[in-house]
Amino acid sequence: MKEFATLINALDSSNKTNSKKEAILDFLDQASEKDKLWFLALMTGKRPKRSIAVKDLKEWTLEITGIPEWLFVECYAAVGDLAETLSLLLPPPSQLIEKSLSDWMAEIAAVQDAPVADKKAFVVRSWNALTTVERFIFNKLLGGSFRLGISAKGLINTIAHYSGNDASAVAHSIMGEWNPHEFEFEKLIHGAYSDTNLSKPYPFCLAYPIENEPEKLGPITEWQAEYKWDGIRGQFIKRSDDIHIWSRGEELVTPQFPEISEALQQWKGNFVLDGEILAVKDGRVLNFSELQKRINRKTIPKSLREEVPIAVYLYDIVELEGVDLRNQPLAYRRAQLEKLVAANADSALQLSPLVHASDWQSLYSIQAASREVNSEGLMLKKKDSAYHAGRKKGDWWKWKVNPMSIDAVLIYAQKGSGRRSAHYTDYTFAIKDGDKLVTIAKAYSGLTDKEILEVSRFVKQNSLEKFGPVRTVKPDLVFEIAFEGIGYSKRHKSGVALRFPRILRWRKDKTAADIDTLEDIKKLIQ
Amino acid sequence: MIRFTSKGIYCVPGKFYLDPWKPVDLAVISHGHADHAHWGMKKYLCHHFTVNILRSRIGPDIHVQGIAYNEAVLINGVKVSLHPAGHIIGSAQIRLEYKGKVVVFTGDYKIQDDGLSTAFEPIKCHELITESTFGLPIYRWESIAMQNERLQAWIKDNQSNKKTSVFIGYSLGKSQRILNAVHEMGPVYVHYSIAKLNEAYSQAGIKLPPYRVADLKSDIKVLDNQIVLLPPALLDSQLLQKIPHSAHAICSGWMQIRGARRWRSADAGFAISDHADWQGLLQAVRGSAAEKVYVTHGQTATFAKYLNEIGIEAEEVKTQYGDEEDPQTQTTE
Repeated sequence: MKEFATLINALDSSNKTNSKKEAILDFLDQASEKDKLWFLALMTGKRPKRSIAVKDLKEWTLEITGIPEWLFVECYAAVGDLAETLSLLLPPPSQLIEKSLSDWMAEIAAVQDAPVADKKAFVVRSWNALTTVERFIFNKLLGGSFRLGISAKGLINTIAHYSGNDASAVAHSIMGEWNPHEFEFEKLIHGAYSDTNLSKPYPFCLAYPIENEPEKLGPITEWQAEYKWDGIRGQFIKRSDDIHIWSRGEELVTPQFPEISEALQQWKGNFVLDGEILAVKDGRVLNFSELQKRINRKTIPKSLREEVPIAVYLYDIVELEGVDLRNQPLAYRRAQLEKLVAANADSALQLSPLVHASDWQSLYSIQAASREVNSEGLMLKKKDSAYHAGRKKGDWWKWKVNPMSIDAVLIYAQKGSGRRSAHYTDYTFAIKDGDKLVTIAKAYSGLTDKEILEVSRFVKQNSLEKFGPVRTVKPDLVFEIAFEGIGYSKRHKSGVALRFPRILRWRKDKTAADIDTLEDIKKLIQ
Repeated sequence: MIRFTSKGIYCVPGKFYLDPWKPVDLAVISHGHADHAHWGMKKYLCHHFTVNILRSRIGPDIHVQGIAYNEAVLINGVKVSLHPAGHIIGSAQIRLEYKGKVVVFTGDYKIQDDGLSTAFEPIKCHELITESTFGLPIYRWESIAMQNERLQAWIKDNQSNKKTSVFIGYSLGKSQRILNAVHEMGPVYVHYSIAKLNEAYSQAGIKLPPYRVADLKSDIKVLDNQIVLLPPALLDSQLLQKIPHSAHAICSGWMQIRGARRWRSADAGFAISDHADWQGLLQAVRGSAAEKVYVTHGQTATFAKYLNEIGIEAEEVKTQYGDEEDPQTQTTE
């Protein structure tokens, strides 16, 4: 695991894209075929099933170290990462053993269905043969999740550089489902499996937030405008009667939306479509909080299908009858999409309507009223644009309505995880309900590092109570919280939940007396 | 015998303070770091090696008396003596004895022998006042030899990649340790604030390896591919970026945690500390055989709770001692 540990260390200790790229190239030069494949699998989230429960790992660590559980909790709060906490607490190894990454993965897979006692013996023996860094990696491998400091785009560019292929080709080659036990690295990155893989999606074409006034984009006739829906972006694939639904997070979500696959069974043709999964009732798009009820469920009861019916609003077509259409202009693709939808009249998958305006000024008023149809604003797409792999400036823009915002007071703080573990970075905010404070949102981002230090210091000096890692803080600091939507929810004491809450600014000019009231906030709900 | 007051730790019969943070008549000082040695005392008492540090830090005209380790002085009937704490040069545990009762204040300390500070000696006492900066079991330091090996390996790697190795460490204590560990790898350039404290070492008769004072204003190009030591105050400065081909490493106990390393986004982080790790703290407490332990700064609540659980009576006390290893709380010296 030495090469892999070196790589992890290098990725960890640099914030420069170039040195990360160098570290990966070094690894690819040295590692075996199998290790490279596992590396890619781990980095792209194709993780094996968790083979050992976290609570077992923790229990065995407590047993070995003899520390009480409360002390473990304190340590975990200071470290912010379970795998790392365990690796730091365990005593130094008695004898080091070197095994390759793929050997470790094979051994981990082998104990998958073993009795707990065997799992324990394997884990304890392994811990005792690894350095702290390797142990951390081993724990991560057991957990099956690995997030490293490199973006998907950075990884793809590096592999493109390594293989001499185009980045978009590489992105497509390594997308979708593939099993590290059965595939070969070189074949994979050169796209050898792409043709045979019926489930394979395309990298999504993404948009940048608009930077200037839209009228600076040129004649409006060159642009296609449509609503920006707030649902789950997806690709809908039908090839040789096989149906697959991918979310933008590169997750297969086919079973979660049975009404879509049922409808697609009836559709004629082979195609890959791009669209938005939405909760739609009586022709109206519902609040995102409704759609949320359908997400991450193992089974979808019939009552829920009736309560929150799903539909797809289609944006684009990327493949038709085996032909990649991505380099065709948008206007052509839209025409093909309209033809396909017309031939398969269906309420479960319909066109996302175009927004027509003869000049930019009238588009402004449509954009400003987007929330009335539960959309987040408009998308502007150049009519002659290709379907790019990922983000490319200039062709697609998102033109969102301004976020809503409220003033709320900080009442709970917790240390973050990962690089934020040294400071209080995770905050819970409250608003007024009569003379009480009720929680309304949690937010993690929006402050500068310097502000985080300042808030952290305040939290340390003004903690009222301590619940494990959470500190109750004197309600004193007021923040303006921006959000994209609002709905009823049981998640917070206030009975409402905000969509994408984040800290817009620290209102040092305001006190807790100036924060918003629940009554006012409820008026914002559509 | 001891009272924790808003000015500092007060010795009642002796009528003097230990490391006070507000002006008082007589202050017994454990070591020369700024959070323990404040300005404004009418008289200071400390180890011989700390005298010059106080003078250069607080002012040349302060009234300060130096004594040796294990040398006792009598103040209002209280027998006061200093004993090696192993934290930095001249750092001392302060032992107080009055009518047969013994209290020891550790100041900051570490158990590991860094070869520059006089090594820590456990002192038996009835009551122990200890720090707890790294009072969690996740803090376990590697051996000094291993730490030094890692520093050297990093420099070697930088040298082969034509990079300048810049170490960030506290100017008093940490920098001298780094200098000692890396000088065989090539010429070492130090910031003038570090050079000034290096002199305090020489005056105390402690031999440091050769070093050069870096002239950062006029001739920064000289540093290219060399080894450079800077104080933490320069961590976020422009200067760091001006050093050609620099890779910078932070040396602090906090660097034990991956999150802390990534937060600072340094090129490397080395868990090298002048404080005791978890086992070190426990070793010191057990070695003192104290019946009662007061925990002054750091992980006070956690460490005190743990001591009580293992049958050693302990409580946390509020002081204003900070943590010179935290690069966030650094100020320019």
